[in-house]
Amino acid sequence: MSPQKMINQPIDHLDLLESHAIFILREVVAECERPVLLFSGGKDSAVLLHLAVKAFEPSGLPFPILHIDTGHNFPEVIEFRDEFVKAAGGQLYVASVQESIDQGRVVDPGHGESRNRLQTVTLLDAITKHRFDAAFGGARRDEDKARAKERVLSFRDAFGQWDPRRQRPELWHLYQGHVTPGEHLRAFPLSDWTELDIWRYIERKKIDLPSIYFAHERDVIERDGMLLSVNEWIHPRGNETHHSQMVRYRTVGDVTCTGAIASEATTIDEVIDEVITSTVSERGATRADDRFSETSMEDRKREGYF
Amino acid sequence: MDATLEAAPIVDLLRFATIGSVDDGKSTLIGRLLVDTRQLFHDQIEAVEQASRRRGVGDIDLAFVTDGLRAEREQGITIDVAYRYASTPQRKFIIADCPGHIQYTANMATGASNADVALVVVDATAGLKEQTKRHLCIAALLGVRHLIVCANKMDKADWDHEAYDRIVDEMEGLQHILVSKSVTVIPISALNGDNVVEHSSAAPFYSGPTVLEALEAIPSGVWAGTHHGTSSLATRLPVQWILRQPGGGRMYAGMVDGAPLHVGDDIVVLPDGLHSTVTEIMTPNGLCDSAGIGLSISVGLADDLDVSRGDMIVGANDLPAVSNEIEATVCWFGTTRLTAGTRFRAKHTTRTTPAIVSAVTAHLNIDDLTLVPAEMLGENEIGTITLTFATPLAVDDYQRNRITGSFILVDEATNITVAAGMVGPPGLEK
Repeated sequence: MSPQKMINQPIDHLDLLESHAIFILREVVAECERPVLLFSGGKDSAVLLHLAVKAFEPSGLPFPILHIDTGHNFPEVIEFRDEFVKAAGGQLYVASVQESIDQGRVVDPGHGESRNRLQTVTLLDAITKHRFDAAFGGARRDEDKARAKERVLSFRDAFGQWDPRRQRPELWHLYQGHVTPGEHLRAFPLSDWTELDIWRYIERKKIDLPSIYFAHERDVIERDGMLLSVNEWIHPRGNETHHSQMVRYRTVGDVTCTGAIASEATTIDEVIDEVITSTVSERGATRADDRFSETSMEDRKREGYF
Repeated sequence: MDATLEAAPIVDLLRFATIGSVDDGKSTLIGRLLVDTRQLFHDQIEAVEQASRRRGVGDIDLAFVTDGLRAEREQGITIDVAYRYASTPQRKFIIADCPGHIQYTANMATGASNADVALVVVDATAGLKEQTKRHLCIAALLGVRHLIVCANKMDKADWDHEAYDRIVDEMEGLQHILVSKSVTVIPISALNGDNVVEHSSAAPFYSGPTVLEALEAIPSGVWAGTHHGTSSLATRLPVQWILRQPGGGRMYAGMVDGAPLHVGDDIVVLPDGLHSTVTEIMTPNGLCDSAGIGLSISVGLADDLDVSRGDMIVGANDLPAVSNEIEATVCWFGTTRLTAGTRFRAKHTTRTTPAIVSAVTAHLNIDDLTLVPAEMLGENEIGTITLTFATPLAVDDYQRNRITGSFILVDEATNITVAAGMVGPPGLEK
């Protein structure tokens, strides 16, 4: 055996972020009984799953993967989900918002309306059903001002709620994962990563992504300052018109509330250039669900959202 | 983010935390720093402006950049740490904007425990308050050795040279006790932006760096959080998890601390004291000959030993102490009194074990930063205790190693972390 000689001091902040995330993944697996990894098919969850595989090589993933399916999906994302999870050797659970609607757990907001907020109930029901005591998420603190306040290991009470006024102290690297049955933790190994860090890491590790992250021709309508894809759920209303243009997605969510941005960036390098020069935040540019009020994310997080 | 910012990968990372008393302007300073270095997106600035107008606090309340919770904006205070990220052509910053209220001291310690630098904010019209001293003291105990002191609200103090000098004098009096390697005192107005990113002509008596320049001038720390020249300390690898190899054999996973670990190194597994040799090191970049501080790795050993989570693999040339009983300094966050006989769950590196307080020995007087004999600690007090653990632990003095010298105490009934502990006496000079 002749391992490649290389400099093994952390070389840059991406190496440090990577090792720190792996450290968190391993701590939570060691401290909790039944962890699960929440996977949306977006770039952050792709990076998270990539890191999870790395953290437990060569043993294999010690936890299953959970996708909360709103039923309003980009087909490219579902295809990517299945391939990526298979390549990672993961066991995939899918919890369906449509099932929650059919069971009367939540009320269908109507054809083509966002099911974003309904996901919380489906997620908490799945956590209860499988008795998960920790759920890894790809959320980053730079995404939103409420997320900026959240611990790496974030406690959820028996109702799945986050109480931002009563967070556990989190000192040094001493992550503490004790919960009593019924309660659970959310664990965010990518807390300190920025959107740019994610893209640079994807470039460095050649991580696969759904094709919709790169510029492509798409039929869109402009609504509330966002470009929405015309599809089964979204049609022109009133005097809206649709047209075809080059767009890409900066985030992946429910089709009905995730906007595309005008873009010509077809490669990772071009996307990175675009991220560096962007003047609008990721969620501001693409998520209708964050625009309801000053504290949209805080309110949803309190209820148990991702 | 601004187009003029450097596109090349950034190799230099600095973590800093704001500390100081409530209402002295910590959040406003971070808001100012982020706005003036153009770290904020247009929609984020617009949202802050809208929220400011809605709450009738002027055109833009810069504190709202980090005070993002509803309760914080209602009350105009910071309740918990906000983490923000900034990069300049020189380096990348991870910012922990900490609360000032004594009620939220545990949150402040959360933000400061991983910081390389403390950005100390002092209201120049009022001087150093008791709470400022408490924060300075906690930061010093946590091993933060670089202080950038912002004499804030200098506009309100009419840019009075004496107001600035008083803070310089007070800090000079404290520098020795706090064992600071560097203390820079900068007259600023966070509100107006004087000497934050841009030099100001309002203080002709001051010719030093701006806040940003001072932050860029401090040597960057290593995220893993060690200090005091740990390169002389042998490797420390707390075992997190055992990885089974498909063909048989085990790899021990953990993050490297102290000196780099090499294939062929003689190691000892503590607390049992078993000896072996490193045969294999797996890093995130594949198999390697060695791995340095801050890297998450897994290692293979030459001998088939009984090693489990919580054990520590250490370089054989410099062993930590192994003991059931330690003297420690603690910041107590519990709402009840800490007294001898109290039982906790302790977490030290990757080991969780029951612990009992054998004795409370002293409490730290915040006024003069001296230890006074005491038998109990009240909420948010700092003191020294003797702790007995159910399992022997491999510990270094906190002043030598921030990872192997730190622990937390957890209330067994509520699962809440109630104390931050540091092995050894307080890292303060008499």
